[in-house]
Amino acid sequence: MEDGDEEFKRRRHKRNIAIALVLGGLVVLFFIVTIVRLGGNVANRAI
Amino acid sequence: MSDVSQTYTQGLDAAPGGEVGDFVELLKPRVMFLVVFTGLVGLVAAPVPLHPILAIAALLCIAVGSGAAGALNMWFDADIDQHMERTATRPIPQGRVTESEALTFGAILSIGAVGCLGLMVNWLSAGLLALTIGFYVFVYTMWLKRWTPQNIVIGGAAGAMPPMIGWAAATGSISLDPIVLFLIIFIWTPPHFWALAICRSKEYERAGVPMLPVTHGDDHTRNQILVYSLLLAPLGCVPALIGLGGMLYLVSSAVLGVLFVGFAIRCWRVREGEEGHRVAMQLFAYSVLYLFLLFSILLVEKGFGIGGGALPALWTI
Repeated sequence: MEDGDEEFKRRRHKRNIAIALVLGGLVVLFFIVTIVRLGGNVANRAI
Repeated sequence: MSDVSQTYTQGLDAAPGGEVGDFVELLKPRVMFLVVFTGLVGLVAAPVPLHPILAIAALLCIAVGSGAAGALNMWFDADIDQHMERTATRPIPQGRVTESEALTFGAILSIGAVGCLGLMVNWLSAGLLALTIGFYVFVYTMWLKRWTPQNIVIGGAAGAMPPMIGWAAATGSISLDPIVLFLIIFIWTPPHFWALAICRSKEYERAGVPMLPVTHGDDHTRNQILVYSLLLAPLGCVPALIGLGGMLYLVSSAVLGVLFVGFAIRCWRVREGEEGHRVAMQLFAYSVLYLFLLFSILLVEKGFGIGGGALPALWTI
């Protein structure tokens, strides 16, 4: 039973790392997309 | 009860907690590749260039949306997947992922993909992605697949949508060009799937899926394959005639189309035994190559400007 628990925890740990990486990637993607979409408009704004 | 279904029953009772790879498998990576590829062609073929970062974001959302639809399909079809050799090793029938995990995973990814595409690119493409996922899950998977032998004919619309989504992501609109790309994949789908279904008809019958070879027999299916192939060959050339493809595309699509009809005629003529199945599988394999090459040539012409310009005005519609 303990082996089963250990196995469950190992898989959960791996899934958590995968979720963290995906969320981190999303944060980076949203940041870059924001810069891309914002960049031109800031440069071209009426002063 | 077969060994496979015993495994599935155990799988239903299994505790949650699959490997990361099991969840990746739920996304149907091979289908995802074809979806992303045809979506990319729609993006590149569009007359308005999209910023590369936004294009990558759009393709990522299309990929995740496709994967989410695949996960929801595996969730709903787990009961029939166990009866087919090709699908019995999927994560749910094998008990590596529970049904509720697959449902949650697919639902979250669907909402995430549509929301991200809308926020990052535009809401027309996001709406089309939502329509595609909804059509694949609710219309094809839950309704047509188990109800009518025309399941993959109508359901093929979901698989044909990615070029339209790519085009909409770049232009914010829809025109005749992406609709032609949609129609090519739509008409390509029946001969592609039926060629495989002829060889797997016993499995479909065991699973209770009314594929055309099961309900109407192999001969009728071969007739239908030939009809759709005869429609597909000229349709494949249309992008060149409306100015979407150039001379390279016109010549290539004509040759590829003639070869497609050639394979379909062989499949129509050779009907018996192992040889009949072998010829059907050859058509199946060629159909994948056909679509890949057709869209690759469009990608090369539009993306890299190779293959000569558009056809003379007199040739185009």
